[in-house]
Amino acid sequence: MKDKLNAFGSMLGRNIKVYFKDRMTFVLSLMTPIILVVLFLLFLRGIYEDSLVNAMPEGYELSNKIVNAFTGSWLFSSIMATSCITISFCSNMRIDDKLKKTLRGFEIAPIGKFDLSLSYTVSNFISTVLICTIVMIISFIYLAIVGWYMTFGDVMLIIVDMLLTSAMGSLIISIVGLFINSQGALGGFCTLVSSMYGFICGAYMPISTMGKGIQNFVGFIPGMYSTVIFRRAYMNGILEEMSKSAPSQAVDAIRVNFDCEYFFFDHKVATWVHFTVVIVTIAVLLAIYLALNIRIHRKNGKPKKSH
Amino acid sequence: MKNIIEIKDLKKYFKEVKAVDGISFCVKEGQLFAFLGLNGAGKSTTINIICNLLEKDGGEVYIDGMSVDGNMHSIKPILGVVFQENTLDAKLSVYDNLKFRAGLYGLRGQRFQDKLNYLAERLQFKDILKRPFGKLSGGQQRRIDVARALIHSPKILILDEPTTGLDPNTRITVWEFLNELRRTTNLTILLTTHYMEEASESDYVVIIDRGKIVASDTPNNLKNQYAYDFIKIYDGADELKVRLDSDGVVYKEDGGYLLIEVKEITEAKEILTSYGKYFDDFEVIKGKMDNVFLNVTGKQLKEETK
Repeated sequence: MKDKLNAFGSMLGRNIKVYFKDRMTFVLSLMTPIILVVLFLLFLRGIYEDSLVNAMPEGYELSNKIVNAFTGSWLFSSIMATSCITISFCSNMRIDDKLKKTLRGFEIAPIGKFDLSLSYTVSNFISTVLICTIVMIISFIYLAIVGWYMTFGDVMLIIVDMLLTSAMGSLIISIVGLFINSQGALGGFCTLVSSMYGFICGAYMPISTMGKGIQNFVGFIPGMYSTVIFRRAYMNGILEEMSKSAPSQAVDAIRVNFDCEYFFFDHKVATWVHFTVVIVTIAVLLAIYLALNIRIHRKNGKPKKSH
Repeated sequence: MKNIIEIKDLKKYFKEVKAVDGISFCVKEGQLFAFLGLNGAGKSTTINIICNLLEKDGGEVYIDGMSVDGNMHSIKPILGVVFQENTLDAKLSVYDNLKFRAGLYGLRGQRFQDKLNYLAERLQFKDILKRPFGKLSGGQQRRIDVARALIHSPKILILDEPTTGLDPNTRITVWEFLNELRRTTNLTILLTTHYMEEASESDYVVIIDRGKIVASDTPNNLKNQYAYDFIKIYDGADELKVRLDSDGVVYKEDGGYLLIEVKEITEAKEILTSYGKYFDDFEVIKGKMDNVFLNVTGKQLKEETK
């Protein structure tokens, strides 16, 4: 048992260190957050500010602190929502090891196939959580500078959502990774996910601005539910602060327009439902992951049929 | 000596291609066993099956008395493998690479440090421990990969064309160390190679061609059986050629010497006794593994593959 744990620990350490040493992979996995920051600095910030001001009744003026805290909260909720997925998708060492044939060196070592597979998934999760924690700390520092309105509960909500979303991302890529057999497929998958995910989870632009059909469609994507949890956690405080002085109708409209509320076929979705969807998704992914690995393992702990 | 590797009627087919077609052989403990063949002959496929990286279509493989079917957890700790391609991480330092690999075999702390120091000393990589693996030369990378395969003191070392493309110094360093391990720890080495020189140094050679074993024996016996010796005669008198022609002895004239092929050393003795008075300078050249390979397979191991 001790030897098994030692071997598992060595694989974890190795996977995490290789990921952080590979600057190219590291930068690529941060591509979506970087794009978001650039878009924000170039024009998204202005658009959000205008939307926010226009949502207010005539003559009502928002302070700079409120506006900056609001746009900052929106930006970082988007970054967190996308980072948990895209970082995990682009930091799976198993695919890279398989393609570079490094995996063979581990397959001949006394570590079980399932333990080996699990080590890649767990290290992928740890790497993702480590980076997302840094992003989260940066977000807290930024918001503390421009205007902090979050409660302890909001912070906990962000941390829990980060852990759940990262687990979801790590499980998805671990499952998909079993079927990726070429560098081209890996590159294509990462590029597709990195560029698409920001749109379909409503990170680049609010879901509320999309057509009704698309709004309902994204309701079938579990990542959208974790995004809305991030939105609520980051923006609850600032919206509460706004509602102290601004008309509640205006604040409610902002809540909907900026995805702090999501309506699935016109039904408002409560926070616990968002969590349930995410947790059930993780449970289903875990079941698929275990089933696939057990199947591979049962094939006699058996080797491959071809090169 | 007991058999540490036993292969019985091993088969591996890739659709209609018979990569390994019913081969059987045994490797004795402490032996340096060479598997000789061209690319695509079936050497690496056999190695991959022994290492359980590839599923066999038939036959049996026993390592240290255990079948590879269902016993790999007991077999893996006694196997060390150097593949054709490096399996270490380019971005990690040599030290980190070896530390993480040693950890897989439960080697940590002082025990790892002692083993690392020993290997670094003997394979001459002490001064590059901190450097990223990917920045090293091919020869340095190969030495580290050999150290990786030996870090857990395996009973069997499998080398899949380990010295292809290496400079002579690295090849000598690696082989000196491996031979020392064979003497001191009774390490068994299963080697696949293109190099005739390496095959000649081994205790036993198996020549494989298109998935089948076409010859197997000690290098000396193979040479005796399949390679001819030559007598090279320098500055022979003109009368020598006349005598050889009249006696029907076949020879080749090349530049300043005559070359006479002899099947065995007694034939050489007879020729030297009969015609010795017609020349002053000569040498007897023993048959080489190149000739063995050529005569057995009908194929030449080209220089560029060395």
